[in-house]
Amino acid sequence: MTATQDRPAAEIGKDRRRKEDQRLITGRTRWTDNITLPGMLHLAMVRSPFAHANITSVDVEAAKSSPNVVTVLSGKDFGEELGACINAWPITPDQKTPAHSPMPADRVAFAGEIVAVVVARTSAEARDAAELVDVEYEELPAVVGIKNALKDEVLAHPDLGTNKSALWVFDSGEAGTGTDAEAAITEARANGIVIEREYRQQRLIPAFMEPRSVVVDPTGEQITMWSATQIPHILRFALAATTGVPESKIRVIAPDVGGGFGGKLQVTPEEWIAWAVARRLMKPVKYTETRSESLMAAHHGRDQVQTLTLAADKDGKVTGLKVHLDADLGSYVAIVGGGVPVLGAFMFNAIYKFPAYRFECQTVLTNTTFTDAYRGAGRPEATYAIERLMDELAAEVGVDPLEIRERNWITHEEFPFTTVAGLEYDTGNYEAATAKARASFGYDELRREQAERRERGDRVQLGIGVSTFTEMCGLAPSRVLGSLDYGAGGWESASVRLTPLGKVEVVTGASAHGQGHETAFSQIVADRLGVPFEDVEVLHGDTQVAPKGLDTYGSRSLVVGGEALVKAVDKVIDKAKVLAAHLLEANADDLDYADGKFTVRGTDQGKAIQELATATFAGHDYPEGMELTLDADATYDPVNFNYPHGTHLCAMEVDTETGAVKMRKYTCCDDIGTIINPLIVAGQVHGGLVQGIAQALWEEAVHDEAGTLVSGSFVDYLLPTSADTISFDVVHTDDPSICTTNTLGTKGVGEAGTIASTPAVVNAVVDAVRHLGVNDIQMPCTPERVWRAIHANDGDAATPADAMPHFHEGSLNQDEGAGA
Amino acid sequence: MTKIELTVDGAAVSDDVEPRMLLVQYLREKLGKTGTVIGCDTSNCGACTVHLDGTSVKSCNVLAVQANGRTVTTIEGLADTAEGDLHPVQEAFRECHGLQCGFCTPGMVMQAVDLLGENPNPTEEEVRLGMEGNLCRCTGYHNIVKSVLHAAEQTGVKA
Repeated sequence: MTATQDRPAAEIGKDRRRKEDQRLITGRTRWTDNITLPGMLHLAMVRSPFAHANITSVDVEAAKSSPNVVTVLSGKDFGEELGACINAWPITPDQKTPAHSPMPADRVAFAGEIVAVVVARTSAEARDAAELVDVEYEELPAVVGIKNALKDEVLAHPDLGTNKSALWVFDSGEAGTGTDAEAAITEARANGIVIEREYRQQRLIPAFMEPRSVVVDPTGEQITMWSATQIPHILRFALAATTGVPESKIRVIAPDVGGGFGGKLQVTPEEWIAWAVARRLMKPVKYTETRSESLMAAHHGRDQVQTLTLAADKDGKVTGLKVHLDADLGSYVAIVGGGVPVLGAFMFNAIYKFPAYRFECQTVLTNTTFTDAYRGAGRPEATYAIERLMDELAAEVGVDPLEIRERNWITHEEFPFTTVAGLEYDTGNYEAATAKARASFGYDELRREQAERRERGDRVQLGIGVSTFTEMCGLAPSRVLGSLDYGAGGWESASVRLTPLGKVEVVTGASAHGQGHETAFSQIVADRLGVPFEDVEVLHGDTQVAPKGLDTYGSRSLVVGGEALVKAVDKVIDKAKVLAAHLLEANADDLDYADGKFTVRGTDQGKAIQELATATFAGHDYPEGMELTLDADATYDPVNFNYPHGTHLCAMEVDTETGAVKMRKYTCCDDIGTIINPLIVAGQVHGGLVQGIAQALWEEAVHDEAGTLVSGSFVDYLLPTSADTISFDVVHTDDPSICTTNTLGTKGVGEAGTIASTPAVVNAVVDAVRHLGVNDIQMPCTPERVWRAIHANDGDAATPADAMPHFHEGSLNQDEGAGA
Repeated sequence: MTKIELTVDGAAVSDDVEPRMLLVQYLREKLGKTGTVIGCDTSNCGACTVHLDGTSVKSCNVLAVQANGRTVTTIEGLADTAEGDLHPVQEAFRECHGLQCGFCTPGMVMQAVDLLGENPNPTEEEVRLGMEGNLCRCTGYHNIVKSVLHAAEQTGVKA
């Protein structure tokens, strides 16, 4: 162990204002679309209006003669140099994976797919000419909706012979991590409680604020791509692997990137087309999508039908859970498209001690925009299902929803705990988080108000929703990914360099797009190396600056990338110690390192790390055998996921006459281990909450039966505004459960709010009207859906959904055409 | 092409523009004022908000020719940032962590400045309604609202 143990933690835990902000609040930013190069040409894409069609001809003559058009290219004009959009995670060996060309020459499989590209001197001229490209289509029947796809009557890709891509199964009885779920269900049917539900995870659109943009510059020996991406390193790998250009000839830069939320975790047709056009013309090119294009053609998220069976004894102790998912991949299996629902497989058992668990996921192809990761990626869907079910179980048993959770959760004495899904949760304290959230929320008081409103038959009813979530994040141990057939590892890389004048350059393979890495990573290095926060410069997002990395997603940057940083800093200190001992003419064992300075124990002699950096630069005096550098690289491969958790409580008011809902209060107590920067953490929680709340209440990507996206602008896809939302009550436990699998004790927080909040909100809405005979309302809980649920039986009778089983068309907890 | 003359961030500029060119395109493409950004194509998101004669407008919803003879202020002209100055609203956004990715921020700041010019002491509700035309996907608005209220508390907030 290096002498790092007693260093004061002055920076970690401090609410530092962000280093990133100065440039962002003054407009001194480098978004990809801001980049202009001499002679740069602009691209406009011609996209299919049909969800499924053969391309019979593409007439580009009129477009080519439009002013300042350089060329117009369609799929048949490209060969193998166009490359392919890859799927990096075939979830089963026999997964059906349709070939995904960036620009197909023969057949389009979703409305919005690119069939031609116009290259012109200005963006406006390119778009004008794109209107003149005359594409003849032979329309084919399109399959839209999960339930239609499962019928295999209309095929998204006729050559595959089926819409079913893969079936992924986990069974705790077979895996030896638990007992047989079917047996538990049979037992519960006879002597206990069985809750059977079908929940719909509607399709969402990540809707990052910065539209995607890509610039490719083929001038010079290396080809440079700037892209509004979360994954510059994976992008470089995939470009090399599919277009035949060696990695050493490719430089990818993610400059300032305006949000991602999983939506920029993709290798996109637009990037590949820009790459191919720039290489062909040997001129710099730029493509920036319009918002309408972004909503239509950037990947979507969620989109599952969840068929759930929960078995419990009469006291509400859960004895088994069976999950069947049907997940819509859209038109292609995107980079981790099939894997997203599988990431949820390990989370349906959540914070509970379920003895038996079975999970099945059937992925299906449809003629719609392809789906992939969206904030939480699989885990929000799982959390929604189980937290809704736990509320239903509480209602069945007749106890408070918090009480039913307490009967089932892992107690804090039981950690580390190996779950029925086979994960080992290292630490957690669900009791503490719940107690703190409950007190801060004013739970008992709100329950009293709820009872009073019910008693007097108030038009506005109050509901309280609970969500006690956990998640697995910090993607991911490479060996685990290997065992799941994922095509890459989950490690992260860091370098720490000392400049001659004693400043510190930190290079990370994580690639921020709003998270504040420059600030948080500076805090970590400042503490560990004992240098001023201001002296640390964090460099990232450029494969020539940060040659190794696996980028930012899955709440991994801090817990994986931060740990790589720690290891690199420790190596620097170890190297510096050798030089310090030499210069101080002391034995290395007699040196202490604190506050950025080596001191000889029992003397006032010392050398600061900055002095040692300068001495290394000069190289005038150093010990024999020492390599003349203090710089160090480190790679960290996590040994486990980490498991943040929290208790989220939501109060919703429901107007029973109009169906309108209004959020009254939202409290969350998240236990995320050590907090590096509470300001940044709060921001992550707030933003996460609103994305999760938006799924519950407002957002839904809707394709009509022809496969046209009808929520294709911000007029129709309802992103919440400041007027729709409230200020949140965000607290943390006083004595957090420190993560034991990384040095800093941190757990991920980027996705927590999104994962937890959706079921809290829907549970609250349902709770407000449960006494009127409602036990489910499909998301988003629009006033119409709420009103219809209330008036489906006018509050007189229990809903048909209370009968079991009810997995048939037209059951109450589906809208007409749900999943269709 | 139509000739326009206007003042942008304190400088007199003159250009020939296509009549269809939007003010935001003029700012970005002709003047290099890339601090002002484009987030949508339906005037919903407000990322392109600037001041036209002192009042906030979505610059994707104004033609460049409509700005002829008028004064435009963008995020880049709000304060003498080269001298290290920040407008109190910019300062408040940093202080209260009112931004994450920062893409919506120029529009948010410009809208907040206009809002506080009209109503120097707004309630939270008035801030939420006044900022409704600007979308943010990162912050959940919590800290944006806090930033605007914080700026209002500071003295010397002027449009």
